[in-house]
Amino acid sequence: MNTRINFAGIELKNPVTVAAGTFGYGREFANFFDLGKLGAIITEGTSLKAKSGNKPPRVCEVSSGMLSSIGLQNPGIEYFANNELPFLRKYDTKIIVNACANSVEEFVELCKILNDLDIDGIEINSACPNVEDNNKVFGSTYESIKMLTKAVRKEIDKPLIIKLTPNVENIGKIAKGVEDGGADAISLIGTISAMKIDIYKRKPMISTNIGGLSGPAIKPIALRMIYEVNQNIKIPIMGLGGIVSGEDAIEFMLAGATAISIGSGNLIDPYTSIKTIEGIEEYMRKSNIKNISDIVGKLELN
Amino acid sequence: MPKQILAELLRKEQIIKDVYKFTIKAEEIVKLAKPGNFIEIKVNNQTEPFLRRPISIYNIEVEHGILEFIFQVKGKGTQILAQKNIGEKIDIIGPLGYGTFKIGDKTNVAIIGGGIGIFPLYELAKQITEQKKRVNGYLGFRTKDLVMLENEFTKITNNLTITTDDGTYGKNGFAINYLIEDMKKEKYECIYACGPLPMLRSLQEYANKNNIECQISLEEKMGCGLGVCLGCAVKTAKSSIESPKYFQVCKGGPVFNSRDVEF
Repeated sequence: MNTRINFAGIELKNPVTVAAGTFGYGREFANFFDLGKLGAIITEGTSLKAKSGNKPPRVCEVSSGMLSSIGLQNPGIEYFANNELPFLRKYDTKIIVNACANSVEEFVELCKILNDLDIDGIEINSACPNVEDNNKVFGSTYESIKMLTKAVRKEIDKPLIIKLTPNVENIGKIAKGVEDGGADAISLIGTISAMKIDIYKRKPMISTNIGGLSGPAIKPIALRMIYEVNQNIKIPIMGLGGIVSGEDAIEFMLAGATAISIGSGNLIDPYTSIKTIEGIEEYMRKSNIKNISDIVGKLELN
Repeated sequence: MPKQILAELLRKEQIIKDVYKFTIKAEEIVKLAKPGNFIEIKVNNQTEPFLRRPISIYNIEVEHGILEFIFQVKGKGTQILAQKNIGEKIDIIGPLGYGTFKIGDKTNVAIIGGGIGIFPLYELAKQITEQKKRVNGYLGFRTKDLVMLENEFTKITNNLTITTDDGTYGKNGFAINYLIEDMKKEKYECIYACGPLPMLRSLQEYANKNNIECQISLEEKMGCGLGVCLGCAVKTAKSSIESPKYFQVCKGGPVFNSRDVEF
């Protein structure tokens, strides 16, 4: 039984990775299990300079999921390189850094630094607002995501992944912009814009009023988007959105994801990623699958 | 370093309306637990409700591997938890929180708690008393029906003042007013507190102004309790509008020195 997979040139020992913003820089989870069991770790969203994040309340629970608006709190790339990366590198897993910035120049500068670090790949958070374009998020149109992808591609020899926001009209077209811009892979979906209201205070439950929905609540939408994107592009997909089990992961792979990420599942059980790896292996045994790569995109339509 | 365990429910007791005390077997957690720590409970093995529930530790008995926590039924999660039967296993992560109550070499201190915020003060006061030091307690409740754990706290404090906001039991008014009154003759080296925000804010103002050490346990909406989702933010005292700075309640806290935070 072979769970190894090649994702955009990164050799993963299994298709299970952990998503930005749900795994910190790994330290908290190293208390629970060997991080070397994971296919890859995608780090906390990291920016050029440290960010303090949004004021509280930043999170609240909703049906089968959570709303969050953290504001990309992170210690900045220099701190990461000096203090977190050496720790992560002790483990036999691949390290992908999630990068955040608010202008093309800032992304380019950050990517130049990242390209020189001992990491295996770079994931661009395209849900960041572009201050030079009325704070429209980079991932909101074909043109803007293609422009950003092209700009960072020039600076990066390492595998380049663009993470897409689902809060767009035509996700397939946006994905094409990423491919046309020269990225190696796409990851999707990020959180879905959503709200929760305290009826007695008549106020939204999180400080920024609107936040990002994650968890099993968004899984059916994520699957549909991955299926659609897979029709439109040839580069590989990292699928995420509410995965908490091996069965969930297999659904994503059948829909077209080469690898998958555990997001908020990490928050409710530190072992979710490990259980997902075990669940995938169990499915392979039951269904007599020798190579996990054989099931990618093997959905049979009605 | 926190552990995840399946803890057997040994005893279950309703102490007032909608408030339950659970006694669980949690050897690995009690070995590491300090006063002020909390645990995160997954009330079922489904994804609804989604998040764990953070609940403070009330009492630990290291020699028996026993942990007690008290919670109020407030929503879906705590409703499911309250229905657990004796012998059932509960999925728990703990102990959590690196900011805990520090006793140190202080010999005369006070605890002050309000409503369901009194629970984490029990283990603290118990340990202070075991060290043969002096601790006075001030516990405030809204009304007589909500007064709880009077006997338990009486046993582990030198002097206990119970107050109700409406005067239906104990002394009339807010616990903090009686604490401040006593401070005219008492020299508490530290005040430990947990309770509603207005109480904590008044206490913070009083303690900071009078240069008295004050350790307060805070609450904020939490995602994971592990320090990774960065959800439970509280402003640091150094925070400003131009340059906001935050601690995570689950990691830097839940107990903070009153000089370090702004809430």
